[in-house]
Amino acid sequence: MRVEMRIDGETAAADIDRPGESLLSTLRDRLGLYGTKNACEQGECGSCTVLLDGDPVCSCLVATAQCEGREVKTVVGAVPRPVRDAFIACGAVQCGFCTPGLLVSVADLLDREDDPSDAVIREALAGNLCRCTGYEKIIDAVHAAAEAMAGAPPVRAADATEATP
Amino acid sequence: MPEPARHEPNGRAAITAGAPGPIAPPSSEPFAAPIAAPKSPTPPTRAAGGVGTPTPRTGGVGSSPARPEAEAKVNGAFDYASDLSFPGMLWGHTLRSPHPRARLRSIDTAAARAIPGVEAVLTAADVPGKLHYGLIEDDQPVLSLGEVNYEGEPVAIVAAATLDLARRAAERIEVDYELLEPRCDPEEAVEAGDFFRYQPVRLGDPESQVPAAVVAREYVVGMQDQAPLGPESGAAVPTADGGVELHVATQWVHSDLEQIAPCLGLEPDRIHMAIAGIGGAFGAREDLSVQVHMAMLALATGRPVKMMYDRAESFWGHVHRHPARMRYEHAADADGKLLYVKARIVLDGGAYASTTEAVVGNAASLAVGPYEVEHVSVDAWGARTNNPPCGAMRGFGGVQTCFAYESQMDALAEALGLSPVEFRRRNAVAQGSKLITGQVVDAYDPDRADNGKPFSPLADMLGRFKDLPVPAVPAGRDIVDLPGGTGNTTHGEGVRRGVGYGVGLKNVCYSEGFDDYSTAGVRLELVDGQTVAFVHTAAAEVGQGHWSLQTQIVRTELDVDRVELLPNDTKAGSAGSSSASRQSYMTGGAVKAACEAVRELLQDHDLADGPVEATRVFRHRATKPMDPVTGQGESHVQLALCVHRATVDVDIELGLVKVVDLTCVQDVGKIMNPVALEGQIHGGSAQGLGLAVMEEMITEQGRVRNASFTDYLIPTILDMPPMRLRIVENADPESPYGLRGAGEPPTLSSTPAIVAAIRDATGLALTQIPVRPEHLTAHLGRQP
Repeated sequence: MRVEMRIDGETAAADIDRPGESLLSTLRDRLGLYGTKNACEQGECGSCTVLLDGDPVCSCLVATAQCEGREVKTVVGAVPRPVRDAFIACGAVQCGFCTPGLLVSVADLLDREDDPSDAVIREALAGNLCRCTGYEKIIDAVHAAAEAMAGAPPVRAADATEATP
Repeated sequence: MPEPARHEPNGRAAITAGAPGPIAPPSSEPFAAPIAAPKSPTPPTRAAGGVGTPTPRTGGVGSSPARPEAEAKVNGAFDYASDLSFPGMLWGHTLRSPHPRARLRSIDTAAARAIPGVEAVLTAADVPGKLHYGLIEDDQPVLSLGEVNYEGEPVAIVAAATLDLARRAAERIEVDYELLEPRCDPEEAVEAGDFFRYQPVRLGDPESQVPAAVVAREYVVGMQDQAPLGPESGAAVPTADGGVELHVATQWVHSDLEQIAPCLGLEPDRIHMAIAGIGGAFGAREDLSVQVHMAMLALATGRPVKMMYDRAESFWGHVHRHPARMRYEHAADADGKLLYVKARIVLDGGAYASTTEAVVGNAASLAVGPYEVEHVSVDAWGARTNNPPCGAMRGFGGVQTCFAYESQMDALAEALGLSPVEFRRRNAVAQGSKLITGQVVDAYDPDRADNGKPFSPLADMLGRFKDLPVPAVPAGRDIVDLPGGTGNTTHGEGVRRGVGYGVGLKNVCYSEGFDDYSTAGVRLELVDGQTVAFVHTAAAEVGQGHWSLQTQIVRTELDVDRVELLPNDTKAGSAGSSSASRQSYMTGGAVKAACEAVRELLQDHDLADGPVEATRVFRHRATKPMDPVTGQGESHVQLALCVHRATVDVDIELGLVKVVDLTCVQDVGKIMNPVALEGQIHGGSAQGLGLAVMEEMITEQGRVRNASFTDYLIPTILDMPPMRLRIVENADPESPYGLRGAGEPPTLSSTPAIVAAIRDATGLALTQIPVRPEHLTAHLGRQP
């Protein structure tokens, strides 16, 4: 079965031989796009979070067969630069294995909320496990990113990627 | 060897230290730059003469430069071991025993071999060399030999075209097991004389003391898992000379090599090992996992073989923190001074030795914590059972006893009518004090005094909480802030607040006479007119920030801007493990020593005439074994203190706990990198929180019942409270820059602090961790 989708702004096609193959498996094992991480394959850890038509999902829980014609944004295409800079500057990255999924979740949060409170950040990131940081620096990074992005035009990174020549 | 399919693994690419500095100010078009999919997602490699913005001459010791690998990590371009790919690569998979104890009558691999696409099915009969390996004792079979001793023991391995196929083939291997009764009670094992180590400590005469107060309790600690998010993974690539190249996520690549080579029947120089990107470790990557298996498969098939455990297999595929059962008796005189401590400590080592021997040494030597006491009787065992093997996890034998002795200190303080802080202060070790092993506390300024008495870093740290008030209960709080969050169906009528303290004492580096060393090479050369320092070590960057630290030390010592880190591999000398909070001390020390040697050479040398380089091996002062009868001996090189105060809300009717604040005072000797240090304290505290209230691998008759993130809970961002830190710098005059290892101590003290706070809120004794809702509601007669 051939599935065509757009991944980080580019057309991609995957020939899958199992109807149950996950989007995570397709991204990593078929397309060689290793930016999205596999840490539990049960939808518990959030390491494989991507945007599917703009909504954050655990790609391990999405069947690739469901993705025909849909838009997938991974850490490569979903995350505004200030979010990534903030994660680096604030020490929100240690081993970094949870980072791609967290960055996608943060990008989604900051798309919905300009200046989220700690409580809102905690709620939004409750599905992303991190074993290294104790989360403090991640909360710092979300605030720093929100501040850096304040006043910026309300454009998604994804849209900007496409719009920019 | 074949060329990699898409990129050079991290292990072969030099990692360039990124420019340190604050977060970039928002540009006018923050989203303008398209983020292209990396065609070749390689970490920024800048070979000699390469490109790259020179880093400003900041980023030395004491600053927080951006991690060299941070840019790759935020771009999804950092290659973890599980991201490796090679042309013609096969996938390996492990068939594991479903039984905790059984005899292997026969293994029939014919059906598995017959599946098209299956390239190899190997059993113990195919092991080319030595049949066992182990970190300390060689007792772990490469593949089961005639019997299995724990659920999950590797029995056979398969290489096939895809991971799916390898898994399906493994299911077709027919193993005839004769089931045997597993021994799962560690106390029974100790009684039967079946243990990896027994270590007593004897001091004075506890029996002759006449105490004013005595507290005797039994404590139980569950089996904690390191649960690093990156699964066990690696790739083995056969080389033209009949050897093999391994890329693997490991904490100690040289120890791996020493164990692997005899099993493969190869001389060590035929095996090249490079550390692949590591997604957390916490002790789980100290023992071998995929290493020998994937190498066997690669050698058998002549093709690259990748292995990667899924989460469930990861729970079976690495050792865990030892569960413990501990009986403690503490006694004090009327002045609130400890008179004696008696402790009987039984750690469950599981089926194979791993590092149990060293864990027992720590548990025994640190059994009473940082308190002065002259009469001690400690007996510590590491039992051999048919439970999952246990070994290294952050805190390494210090965690279990810390929960017990801190719980005892609280109970005794209460019996004496003293506050927990005052009782600890009266008994705190000071400069010149002796630990129960006779080791003198000597790593603080000997001339410094507190009120005319020798300086006590612990008393000083306890005093610092005065300036850090316990957070007030917010008026009219939102019900989502209640314990249980939105799961709490009440309006908070049953919520009580509690506050508790915990103190931890952790040894840093290897103890008990181990020849602990690290090696570093530093080369300084002119590249296109710019001075560049190249650093070569085998130290594993597990996420702690050690790569950053190396660049900082080099910048400070050699006054250079640009530092390039060469691959961490067995071409460098051993760095020891990234464990025991030791890499800043040991490999940091080695890098510093190599820089000093380079500086010396530069006095008579102009870089324009060619590069200068030096390699240095760094050792800390020698330690001594513990006496096998009395436990006496200066067994540790460095000790580090951490104090936590936890504030919790407990719904005493629903049994729900919310930790609302963790305040931490830690002595780190010298702040090497403020941001990384804080991250270590936060993360270590979080793992201690996990053990306090949620993390436990549950076994029933040797069978693991919760090998998934659905059933084994680790703290989420909603479980972790905000933290306040006070970092103290009491320099250790013997260590590089005066630093103390910092990664483990917070993991010790946060657990007892949280449990003490829950006791304060509930009035319950709570002698078992993790504290579960049913422990808090059992007295209400509502047990399920």
